[in-house]
Amino acid sequence: MSVLVDGDTRVVVQGITGGEGRFHTAEMLEYGTNIVAGAVPGRGGQEVAGVPVYDTVSGAVRETDANASVVFVPPAFAADALFEALDADLDVVVAITEGVPVQDMSRVYRLLGETDTHLVGPNCPGVITPGETQLGILPGNIFEPGRVGLISRSGTLTYQIVHNLTTRGFGQSTAVGIGGDPIIGTDFVEALRLFEDDPATDAVVLCGEIGGEDEEAAAAYIDEEMETPVSGFIAGRTAPPGKRMGHAGAIVSGSGTGTAQSKIEALETAGVPVGDTPEEVVEHVADLFG
Amino acid sequence: MKLHEYQAKELFADAGIPTPVSQLARTVEEAVTAADDIGYPVAVKAQVQVGGRGKAGGIEIVESRDEAKEAADRILGMDLKGYHVERVLVEDAVDFANELYVSVTMDRGVGRPVVMVSTRGGVDIEAVAAEEPGAIVREHVDPAFGLFGFQARKAVHSAGIDRVVAEDVASVLSTLYGLWSERDGADAEINPLMITDDNEVVAVDAVFNVDDDALFRQPDLAELEEEDAGDELEAKANRYEFDYVRLDGNVGIIGNGAGLVMTTLDMVDYYGGAPANFLDIGGGAEAERVANALDMVFSDENAETVVFNIFGGITRGDEVATGINEALDRFEEIPKPVVVRLAGTKATEGMEILDTDRVQVEGTLEEAVRAAVAAAEVVES
Repeated sequence: MSVLVDGDTRVVVQGITGGEGRFHTAEMLEYGTNIVAGAVPGRGGQEVAGVPVYDTVSGAVRETDANASVVFVPPAFAADALFEALDADLDVVVAITEGVPVQDMSRVYRLLGETDTHLVGPNCPGVITPGETQLGILPGNIFEPGRVGLISRSGTLTYQIVHNLTTRGFGQSTAVGIGGDPIIGTDFVEALRLFEDDPATDAVVLCGEIGGEDEEAAAAYIDEEMETPVSGFIAGRTAPPGKRMGHAGAIVSGSGTGTAQSKIEALETAGVPVGDTPEEVVEHVADLFG
Repeated sequence: MKLHEYQAKELFADAGIPTPVSQLARTVEEAVTAADDIGYPVAVKAQVQVGGRGKAGGIEIVESRDEAKEAADRILGMDLKGYHVERVLVEDAVDFANELYVSVTMDRGVGRPVVMVSTRGGVDIEAVAAEEPGAIVREHVDPAFGLFGFQARKAVHSAGIDRVVAEDVASVLSTLYGLWSERDGADAEINPLMITDDNEVVAVDAVFNVDDDALFRQPDLAELEEEDAGDELEAKANRYEFDYVRLDGNVGIIGNGAGLVMTTLDMVDYYGGAPANFLDIGGGAEAERVANALDMVFSDENAETVVFNIFGGITRGDEVATGINEALDRFEEIPKPVVVRLAGTKATEGMEILDTDRVQVEGTLEEAVRAAVAAAEVVES
C-alpha cells in the first residue's frame, strides 16, 4: 500500500517530446515507472524511448488505459494541459512545470474542485512510492521503501531530509512534493488525509516553508482528526518580510502572515515536534518509532 | 514586477479610472514647470517602489513656485528606504472629503481572486487590516466568470460607502478587476480613492504589480521593467538570472533549490552566524553558473565566507564538482574562504574531484555550516 501512486499506476507523460519530458521519461522508465503513453499535440504516432505518443490525452487514455499523468508542458501552455488532464478524468495528475501564471492556476483550481482527480503541483518534484514507481523528477536512488510518509513544498530540501531518513534506516511509504506555488492542487491537509488512511504509513514528515497559511491548516487538521504521528520542519525562519525566497509562494507578506514562527507555533500546539535542523527531524522520527 | 505610481496611473487612466492631472519630472526645472502648468497646490511625489513614501518624506504638498522648487530639490536625489529617487510625479492636489480603499488580489488560501473595499482608506490601511479586519469588505470572485456587477455593488454597499458615490466606486472596482484580470495583475490597489467635496471619485495613488510568471504575455508591461535603482547586487543577480535576496549578515550562501537554500540560511543562524544572502542557482551546476554565483558573493563586501551547499538529485555530484573546479579557475585568487558540501547522487566521487587547496570540503550540512560560521568569525576578529 501507499498513497496516490503505486506499481499499477499507468502513466501518460504530457510534453514527452520536449527536452525535460524526454530526459525524465527515460529516468522514470529506468526506475520502473509504468509509462504507457505520451501526449503532445501534433506528435501523435511518434515514439519516445519506446513509448507511443498520442495527439491528445483522451486518445492516450482510450488506447492505453492510462490513469495518471505527469506534466512537463511549458508554462504558457501548462494550464491547457491541466484542463485536458482533468477532462480525461485521470486519478492523479502531477504538474512539474515551474512558472505557471497564478491566474491560470486559479482557473485550473476552480475546475479541479468539480472533479475527483488528485492534482499534485505545479512547480513540484513529483510523487514517489519507493521501489514501485515515481512520477516526476525525483532522484529515485536516495529513496528506500519503508513506512514513513513525506509531504514537502520543496524539492532539494525533500532530498536532504529523505537522505537523512534513509541513512538512519527509515524508508518511505510515499513521498509527495506538493510544490512551492501560491495555488497548488493537493495541499498539506489533503496529503495528510491520504497518509492517515494508508495502513502502510506509520509516521509522516511534514516539510513546510514560509508563505501562505497551509501549514497552519495542517496543524488544525492534525490536532482534530489525525492518529498517525507527524514530525515537522519549516524552512525560512530567517527570511525577511516582503522578499520572495525563490518559490513564488515563499514570501512573508507585509502584514506579517506566513511567518515561520506562526507555522512552528501552530504545529507545536498541535503536538507536532518541529526540528531546528533536518537531522533533528530524523531524531523526532526515531522518537516516534520508539 | 512592480510598476511605478506614474506607470500604474497611466494604466488606470487608460482603462477609464479617474486620476488627477499630473506630469513626470526628472529635474527641479521640469518639476517647477509642471507645477506651474497644473496650478497650485500640487503634490510632489517621489517615484520609488516602496510603501510609506509619505511618512518617509517622499511626498510633499506645495502651495507656490518657491515651495515646489524647494520640495523637488529636496526629494530628487534623496535616498528613500535604500532607493535613490530619480523622478517625481507632480500632481494636482485634490481637495477631499473622504479617503476610500479598493484593491484586487489573489487569495491563495482560497485559490480565487478577491476584491476589497473599505471606507478607511489612507496611510494606515495595514493597521486597519490587522486590528479591525471587519472594516475591510472582501468579495471572492469566481475566476471562470469574473467579477459580477452585483458583487461590486454589494461590496461597496456592505462597506458603508455613501450612496451618492456608491455607483461610481462600484464602477471603479469593476474596472480595476477587469484590468487586474486582463493584465495579469498580482495586486492592484487604489489607496486612497478620494471622494472630493463635489462627490467626484479620484484615484490619488495607484499600485499595480504584475505576476512575473505572466510577463511573457504582457510584453508592453515587461518592457517597463528597468534596472532596479535599489541594490546593486540584486540588479546583478537579475542579469545572472538568480533568485537572490541580500541580507545583513556575513556568511555568504549559495545552494540549489529554494527550500534547501532557506534551510541553509536558517542553519547559519542556528549555529550563531548571520546569513549575508539567499542565492539559489537552480537546477544543474554548469561552471558558468557556479562562477557567476561565486562572483555575486565575492563582490558582496559584507560576506566574509561562502558556504556552497548542493544536493545533487538528477544533477550528479561529480558534474557539480567539475563545475566548481572550472569556476574557481576563472578567479585569479579566491578572496574568501569557500566551504563546499555535496550530497546525493555521486557525492563521494564529487568530493574527491574538488580541489581542496582552494576550497574546504565538508561531508554534512551541519559541518559545512559550522565551518563557514567559524571562518566568518575568524575574519571578523
